[in-house]
Amino acid sequence: MRGDLRPDEPAVAVVGSRRATAAGRVVTERLAAGLARHGVAVVSGLARGIDAVAHRAALEAGGRTVAVLGCGLDVVYPPEHAALLEAIVRQGCVISEFPLGTPPLPGHFPQRNRIIAGLALGVVVVEGDERSGTLSTAGHALDAGREVMAVPGSVLNPLSRAPNGLIRQGAALVESAEDVLAELGLPLQAARTASGEPPELPAGPAALVWQAVAGEPVHIDQVALVTGLPAGEVAAILIDLELRGLVQQLPGKQFVRI
Amino acid sequence: MLARVQSAALVGVDAVPVDVEVDVSSGLPAFAIAGLADASEQDAKERVRAAVKNSQREVPARRIVVNLAPADIHKEGAAYDLPIALGLLLATGQLRPGVLDGQIVVGELALDGRVRPVPGVLAVALLARSLGVRRIIVPEANAAEAAAVAGLPVVPAGSLVEVMQILDGRRAARAVNAPSAVLSPRDEVDFSEVKGQAHAKRALLVAAAGGHHVLLIGPPGGGKTMLARRMPTILPPLSDEEALEVTKIHSVAGLVPPGTGLLCTRPFRAPHHSASRNALVGGGSMPRPGEISLAHHGVLFLDELPEFHRDVLEVLRQPVEEGTITIARVQTTVVFPAGFMLVAAMNPCPCGHFGDPHRLCTCTPPQLDRYRGRISGPLLDRFDLHVEVPRLSPADVVAAPAGESSGTLRARVAAARARQRERFARTRVGCNARMGGRHLRRFCVLNDAAVALLRDALERLYLSARAYDRVLRVARTIADLDDAEQIRTAHVAEAIQYRALDRPAARPPVPQMPASAGVP
Repeated sequence: MRGDLRPDEPAVAVVGSRRATAAGRVVTERLAAGLARHGVAVVSGLARGIDAVAHRAALEAGGRTVAVLGCGLDVVYPPEHAALLEAIVRQGCVISEFPLGTPPLPGHFPQRNRIIAGLALGVVVVEGDERSGTLSTAGHALDAGREVMAVPGSVLNPLSRAPNGLIRQGAALVESAEDVLAELGLPLQAARTASGEPPELPAGPAALVWQAVAGEPVHIDQVALVTGLPAGEVAAILIDLELRGLVQQLPGKQFVRI
Repeated sequence: MLARVQSAALVGVDAVPVDVEVDVSSGLPAFAIAGLADASEQDAKERVRAAVKNSQREVPARRIVVNLAPADIHKEGAAYDLPIALGLLLATGQLRPGVLDGQIVVGELALDGRVRPVPGVLAVALLARSLGVRRIIVPEANAAEAAAVAGLPVVPAGSLVEVMQILDGRRAARAVNAPSAVLSPRDEVDFSEVKGQAHAKRALLVAAAGGHHVLLIGPPGGGKTMLARRMPTILPPLSDEEALEVTKIHSVAGLVPPGTGLLCTRPFRAPHHSASRNALVGGGSMPRPGEISLAHHGVLFLDELPEFHRDVLEVLRQPVEEGTITIARVQTTVVFPAGFMLVAAMNPCPCGHFGDPHRLCTCTPPQLDRYRGRISGPLLDRFDLHVEVPRLSPADVVAAPAGESSGTLRARVAAARARQRERFARTRVGCNARMGGRHLRRFCVLNDAAVALLRDALERLYLSARAYDRVLRVARTIADLDDAEQIRTAHVAEAIQYRALDRPAARPPVPQMPASAGVP
């Protein structure tokens, strides 16, 4: 173990596919950041995709996060998460049940999922297909008497199979950090939410654009088509909204409200 | 007896004068050519001998020595056949002395005496005009090309016999139809054929208006090639001077179709990614223009940019910045013009689905890094605009509006370019994309709100500092399209939108770690 594990602090596991969709990443970001703001530690597995997004969002929101590894503590896997791992050590804790120097073998990951489930009061599954390792985390959680929750996804997305399947089997449907807290009976700590007045909503042509980006992520061309504004103006307005912290740009010029 | 005929050799894309001297003297029968590359010499002798004989003239059984001067210029090819044959006829008294004075002759001979086309005739004609020669004798297939040079009488040569008759005054030279003065580019493609893609089209309009290099990023089948192919159709028509330069380069490369005068459409060159360095930038022991020079004043389209060999991409850095390419060889150093607009395309990731809302990307972050890392930072830096081109579903394509036609867009580009010409009248800058640091500070003054926005963007969106100048240039162009003197906040905001690859898309930096912030 490296860092500072606090057994008495409330913790929730946020897990999902390594091949996350843009929408999955957005949901994970909000969920983990929300949990962090309410003083809940975010537990995950330092894998690519959802896991990494969850860790990062918790750190960014100033919260604590716990990473459980499928390899020795001195092995960094995946290698590009070296910097992330060090940040987690400083603002949380990195745990492994494997001896130093253990390589990240495929068999280790389902095993470490047991610990992820054990450390948390509940497990939230964001995205995963039917063979996903996240299902094993959910299984361990049930065995250990932990709450299992899932964020529903589009039926067209193969990565919605795991969460939607869990919901069918009785897992709690959650859409936000507040839903998770309510499910676990944890208190809301509004004190740590982003301070200040609500942001000023856009006016004029920007209001049309703001309307157009409600809901699912939309492409910039779609925004132009729906609003009837010229492409150049839409591009300028979206950067403005992005800088004001109202919308977020995803890869492929997709935009979504924050 | 000694005879002299003036001809010309090609060095780079320019012609230099060459004297063809023919001496016929008594001695053992021989035919030697000095000053011509080995293989060409043997070939030329045989062609000249056969052509003269088959034109019912005589190659005497005497000692014939041909010299091409100056000797230090490398000369090869078949363009000296006709001057050598005429010199031989002069030296043997089969033509009256003096009939060839003040004329430049080029042409390849067929064995039956017909004259075949040769490359670089336009360059030779330009040389002829600057030397002030009386007239120029060229193969008839190249005559229209030579006639593009105003004020220079051109004699089209169909056969050796015809040339001799003209020189003897027994026959008048045929008239050459000079290419029409009005340049009417006919485009086979039009921007209105591309449905949807409003954002990408807008970005290409901006790129065309400011002469910016563009990088298109999108999944396979998204329409990147289709968009790039239509790029020349929205650039302003070639000026007379530009058309002359374009034709000259194509002529040297032997790519002007016979009977064509000036090429008046903007070139579009799309070399495959397996192209060699020499094919792309030009080369050979006597350097010939490569794809990038053929794209001069037009568009160079490099599809699948990361698939090009790295050393090929690295040599692009000079031409992209300076508009010329220097090719140094043991024998000579040649500078070719290469002032093209670079339009490059790449997939967002090896599998092509990164950022596609409907398909899953199966690439791991290291794969993504490796793929993007194939394009070096300095080259990536040369692109002012990065444009994401999404794949459209068939339903989207049907629903999407067609958008503006190339003609409308071209008019807007022309207006924006006119503004730039006015602005740069007393500088050596041609368009916004070529502005250096001094010009940026002079012509791209931002108001406080725009500066604040740009600062904010660099910080919040983790844009690299290098993006700053690029954004300024593009913002200037957007303002020009708006017919605005002052760059406004909206112009800067739009310019920031075209910096897709500056964002750490796959991995936002880890927070609260200043050391790693912004490190890709």
